[in-house]
Amino acid sequence: MSSLKSRRINPDKFHKSQLKFYAILIPVSAFMVLPILFIIFHAFKPIDELFAYPPRFFTTRPTLDNFKRLFTATTESNVPVSRYLFNSVVSTLFTVLFTLWVTASAGYVLSKKNFKGKDTLFTINTLALMFVPVAVSIPRFLVIVKLGLIDNFFAHILPLLAMPVGLFLVKQFIDQIPNSLIEAAKIDGASDYYILMKVIIPLIKPALSTVAILAFQTSWNSIESSAMFINDESLKTFAFYMNTLVSTTGNTVAGQGMAAAASLIMFLPNLILFIILQSRVMDTMMYSGLK
Amino acid sequence: MKVKQKFINRNSHWVLLSPYIILFCLFILIPVISAAVLSFTYFNAVQPPKFIGLKNYISLLTQDTVFMQKVLPNTIKYALIVGPGGYILSFIFAWMLAQIPKTPRTFIAILIYLPSMTSGVMMSTIWSIIFSGNQLGYLNSFLIEIGMITEPIQWLQSPEYLMTIVIIVALWSSMGVGFLAMLAGVLNVNEELYDAAYIDGVSNRFQEIIYVTIPSMKPQMLFGAVMAIVNTFTTSGLGVALAGSNPTPQYAAQLIVNHIEDYGFIRYEMGYAAAASVVLLIIVWIASRVSWSLFGEKD
Repeated sequence: MSSLKSRRINPDKFHKSQLKFYAILIPVSAFMVLPILFIIFHAFKPIDELFAYPPRFFTTRPTLDNFKRLFTATTESNVPVSRYLFNSVVSTLFTVLFTLWVTASAGYVLSKKNFKGKDTLFTINTLALMFVPVAVSIPRFLVIVKLGLIDNFFAHILPLLAMPVGLFLVKQFIDQIPNSLIEAAKIDGASDYYILMKVIIPLIKPALSTVAILAFQTSWNSIESSAMFINDESLKTFAFYMNTLVSTTGNTVAGQGMAAAASLIMFLPNLILFIILQSRVMDTMMYSGLK
Repeated sequence: MKVKQKFINRNSHWVLLSPYIILFCLFILIPVISAAVLSFTYFNAVQPPKFIGLKNYISLLTQDTVFMQKVLPNTIKYALIVGPGGYILSFIFAWMLAQIPKTPRTFIAILIYLPSMTSGVMMSTIWSIIFSGNQLGYLNSFLIEIGMITEPIQWLQSPEYLMTIVIIVALWSSMGVGFLAMLAGVLNVNEELYDAAYIDGVSNRFQEIIYVTIPSMKPQMLFGAVMAIVNTFTTSGLGVALAGSNPTPQYAAQLIVNHIEDYGFIRYEMGYAAAASVVLLIIVWIASRVSWSLFGEKD
């Protein structure tokens, strides 16, 4: 039996037989992380190092010049960078909060309530997991026009709120909560709203954390809304500004450093949020299976 | 007031569900339906749409030489490599990660998941510096240093390299939610099943994966497959982002998504672009059906 034990998944401690996995995983993770490390170093390089030949990976004299230039730079229409950043923060915050609210309540109903059409609704949502937003960007644009959302700040938020993957994960997670818990609350006279707020939401925090990460990533990285639905420069987001920075000034000396600094600002919140919440994400993923 | 309160409580499931349903219909269902409707019309975004039947589809399949010669083969090649490739890689990495203890596993898992957090814009910043066409580009400089080439290569502007680069970058960023789901799936396979399998005659790791691991985590494998398909088609703007132009040089990395944007937002032939969108949605749907038949529970 001892040979069986050494083959076990999820081992408690290091064993020589694991070396072969490290031998593959460590180079792979290095390949995955190198480009990102590279952008981090690039953001702190002074100009002469940015364009040193041969190019250098590490920076020897880190400087904050790129960030300073980024924040003092204004676009042709005189919108300061801080304004784009502010727009991004506000729209992302609202997107995450509303997505959580909408997904939690819909997930609760689809999981624990019985009514006609429930299964159909969930099937449609499961089909919508395959939805590729870029594929229907044109009709989506037309819907936004019809709703009068062009040049409206809500155009950043509303299209992202219905998130089929989020609803799917939350619903699967709520399925694991025993019905008796809800029945007990019902006997005590609690309404559905009360049960949702006081029983369900505290119990599904891992799933909600996962949805928060996904919603954050979608909203924070989105350039679609700024590029297509918003013409007013002062309402556009940081991701969009970065996109213009890359395409118009990407090849100039100052531009490359600024683009790297902007990339870092784009990336760090994603990373920090994920690291803080990763154990909850893994808890959610246990129930993520499709049947 | 009382009546209203009563109504809200009696229909609480619709009250709670309606925000999602409304938003879902507005931004997912209606766009999909209108894409289908628009695809039968000529629509230039200025005049009202004019019904022209199947003409868009016919010209897409018979007259659009760029679509048939470049876009469709590119899309198929890209989807076949990045989709199953990224998917198989995520499973292999997830399985290997499950074989090592928790602390290094968490650390390496985060590193592997990192690239999928980067957006298209950020990816193009990173990779366009690495593949930059002058000798300051990291790849060029490296290759000159080791003597493989003498002249810098225009990686992102040469049709013969662009597609390969796009595929590498797409694979690099393909370990997303599906990868995390598979990792959780491998970790939660009932360990007694392995013992039982050994008693039944399984003798090596490969058989263990085929007969125990994959069957026990079919639901996660299916979820991972659907996520891989979606990821494949959402990252397909990469070619345009890297080359900096739509269409890409000589249509080398032109995919259906880029073709749709080209016709929709550059030439304003919305009806035609909608027809291409429908073709894309059908491709995604077929791919998902295939993975469903591979991993779905048959009952």
